Amino acid sequence: MPTIVVEIMPKAELLDPQGKAVGGALARLGKSQFSSVRIGKRFEVVVDGTVDASTIAEIRELAEDMFSNSVIEDVVEITVDGVAVEAVSA
Amino acid sequence: MRVGVITFPGSLDDRDAQRAVRVAGATPVALWHGDHDLQGVDAVILPGGFSYGDYLRAGAIASHAPIMAEVIDAANKGVPVLGICNGFQMLAEARLVPGAHTRNAHQQFIRRDQKLRVENASTAWTNEYSTGAEIIIPLKNADGRYVADAETIARVEGEGQVVFRYVDINPNGSMNDIAGVSNSAGNVVGLMPHPEHAVEEGFGPDTAAAMASGTDGLGFFTSVIRSFVTA
Repeated sequence: MPTIVVEIMPKAELLDPQGKAVGGALARLGKSQFSSVRIGKRFEVVVDGTVDASTIAEIRELAEDMFSNSVIEDVVEITVDGVAVEAVSA
Repeated sequence: MRVGVITFPGSLDDRDAQRAVRVAGATPVALWHGDHDLQGVDAVILPGGFSYGDYLRAGAIASHAPIMAEVIDAANKGVPVLGICNGFQMLAEARLVPGAHTRNAHQQFIRRDQKLRVENASTAWTNEYSTGAEIIIPLKNADGRYVADAETIARVEGEGQVVFRYVDINPNGSMNDIAGVSNSAGNVVGLMPHPEHAVEEGFGPDTAAAMASGTDGLGFFTSVIRSFVTA
């Protein structure tokens, strides 16, 4: 069955406290060459059936309206079995 | 007057909100997230808690609950809706109020008796206060940092939609010290602190007069009764 992957990141201009905490931990481990960390989310959605244009449209709507909150996050990539879907808003 | 309080999986403060409604002199009605029925209530409260364990984003999954279709419809028709803490996050996720919430800037859960300034005393939930009044009610959250883009912040500030602002301490890094906002009509109000925990002497924040005697939150519930009586 095909798998759609949706990746979401906090908006670049917003503070990401989680990433900042991990970045701080890296510095304490002496890994200060890794100067910044931001943490996003990855959704793996298994599709029962085949993926066509309407499936893509539906998953894009879900990605923008439910998986992410456009006030604080961006949908950065949608792939179907590893192949990027064109024209994803970011 | 009948005020509905919706219980979601993971709601914590639904019973306290019901009690606050009763203490203020109205009748609380327990509503269930999975129903498509507001039981004809005159106002709705979305209570605090950790619905769905804050999975996805705080309030996000609950904002898609069956009963939210009726809540959104009622809110758009002018029915008073109050979202407290997790309820505020649900209102924002449902786009009934502007903005969103992220993790507290200091990355920790915080609980304190919080001073707020009432910035708008003309909403359905604040008309028993005066604009500029300072109140102290409990605050307890992990994802309480109110954020919005610059244009939205300018609009809510300009249109009087900032209903409450943190005073002395900004406990979570919220933009412009914003603690609570309303929709443009003023019938929908959301805030992070908890008025329902400050309605009865002996169970509220400490005051100079006596331990646990703070009842500054009662005005939310008497306000909505007044807005109903005068409507």
